[in-house]
Amino acid sequence: MSIEVAGLVVRRGGRAVLDGLDLTIGAGVTGLLGPSGCGKSTLLRAIVGVQRTHGGSVTVLGEPAGSSDLRRRIGYVTQAASVYDDLTLTENLHFFARVLGVDSGEVDRVVAAVDLGAQRAHVVGRMSGGQRSRASLAVALLGRPDVLVLDEPTVGLDPVLRRDLWALFHGLADDGATVLVSSHVMDEADRCDHLLLMRDGAIIAADTPDAIRERAGTDDIESAFLALVEGEAR
Amino acid sequence: MTPARTRAVALRVLQQVRRDPRTLAMLVVIPCALMALLWWMYRDVPGASPFYHLGPPLLAIFPFVVMFLITSVTTLRERASGTLERLLAMPLGKLDFLLGYGVAFGLLAAVQSGAAVAVSVGLLDLDVQGSVWLLLVVAIADAVLGTALGLFVSAFANTEFQAVQFMPALVVPQILLCGLFVPRHQLPDVLHAISEVLPLSYAVDAMQHLTAASATSDVAWDLAVVVGYAVALLVLGALTLRRRTP
Repeated sequence: MSIEVAGLVVRRGGRAVLDGLDLTIGAGVTGLLGPSGCGKSTLLRAIVGVQRTHGGSVTVLGEPAGSSDLRRRIGYVTQAASVYDDLTLTENLHFFARVLGVDSGEVDRVVAAVDLGAQRAHVVGRMSGGQRSRASLAVALLGRPDVLVLDEPTVGLDPVLRRDLWALFHGLADDGATVLVSSHVMDEADRCDHLLLMRDGAIIAADTPDAIRERAGTDDIESAFLALVEGEAR
Repeated sequence: MTPARTRAVALRVLQQVRRDPRTLAMLVVIPCALMALLWWMYRDVPGASPFYHLGPPLLAIFPFVVMFLITSVTTLRERASGTLERLLAMPLGKLDFLLGYGVAFGLLAAVQSGAAVAVSVGLLDLDVQGSVWLLLVVAIADAVLGTALGLFVSAFANTEFQAVQFMPALVVPQILLCGLFVPRHQLPDVLHAISEVLPLSYAVDAMQHLTAASATSDVAWDLAVVVGYAVALLVLGALTLRRRTP
């Protein structure tokens, strides 16, 4: 397994955001689905190793999360587009490529991968929201990381673009990468190989989309989510 | 820490400034204009113009204050936008980040102080007994000091409003006690002792030594203290940068 989380506890303001979370994530595209505020970003941050944790362990590619060897093997996209608004797309990418120590030829490859070839000389701050989030995604693709952790990369994008990005994620997974994508839009469930359904800091289901639907006896993931939550309450 | 990554950060900061020509123009023009204003203020006052002993401390204070403000706001922006979190999840040393900023703003300070010194010495007849080049070096050290202090305090500010408040809290007392208003040896004992541990006092001393006929060794000592403070603040700044945050 590429990512193993055991007994993970994260507290914020005296409240447990994650309280003893256990899960494993393997190769392929895994979707982390759940409503806003359920702890998705906190879990992703813990996997990347930028979240202060209060118990349990997170192991990525056999190493403790946040260890220095992992820093060049994980691509991370935060929910806000973490790029410099006052620089152009290629200036941003050249900067991050230098920090990562990857070849500057990578810049052209990732620009093409996120389909921003026409905007490469544009200042990021003047791009549309969707273009900015793709610019942020391009940074995460630099150096072909083994693990990609993407916090809501498709939110607010046009359907055609969303389809293309999911195709990109599957292409990366086919090349052997582990891709973990969070979303609060249940419609995106069927685009994933595996699903983690999350609510109130707990994983309520972890399986393939088909298996989850079958177990809940529903036709779509949204209804399965409801069935699982109500089944738990009973 | 690697020189290539430090250079990458410095280059990126300079690229960002280049995209903002108005800031660049203000950085260069305002200190020159203020020096000219000071000279003009005293023009009709009979006797020796106080400009000649107020000017040198101001050449130390401008780069310090301006770089302090710019750095604390820029670093805060970097924290708020998520770029700092992204960088710290990458193989970037904390000192690469801090030194990159130090180098970039040090270069800007060289341009800024170069212009202010040129106007003061060339047009306004400010008398410099020592080397004008050494004066420039001192000004750059003051700017790096301001940058280091700004990087350090930005860790304690959550908003731009808070960051700007550190100016009256941490910078203005140093301006009051640095010898600009009352020669430091005439301050009450307690205030004199405080002024002895404030870095800006040494920056101003260095400028005053340079404009009066003093030994270069005095300037070197003051300069060493300023650089020492800058290094110490950068190290403290590195300690406040956390890869893991709540």
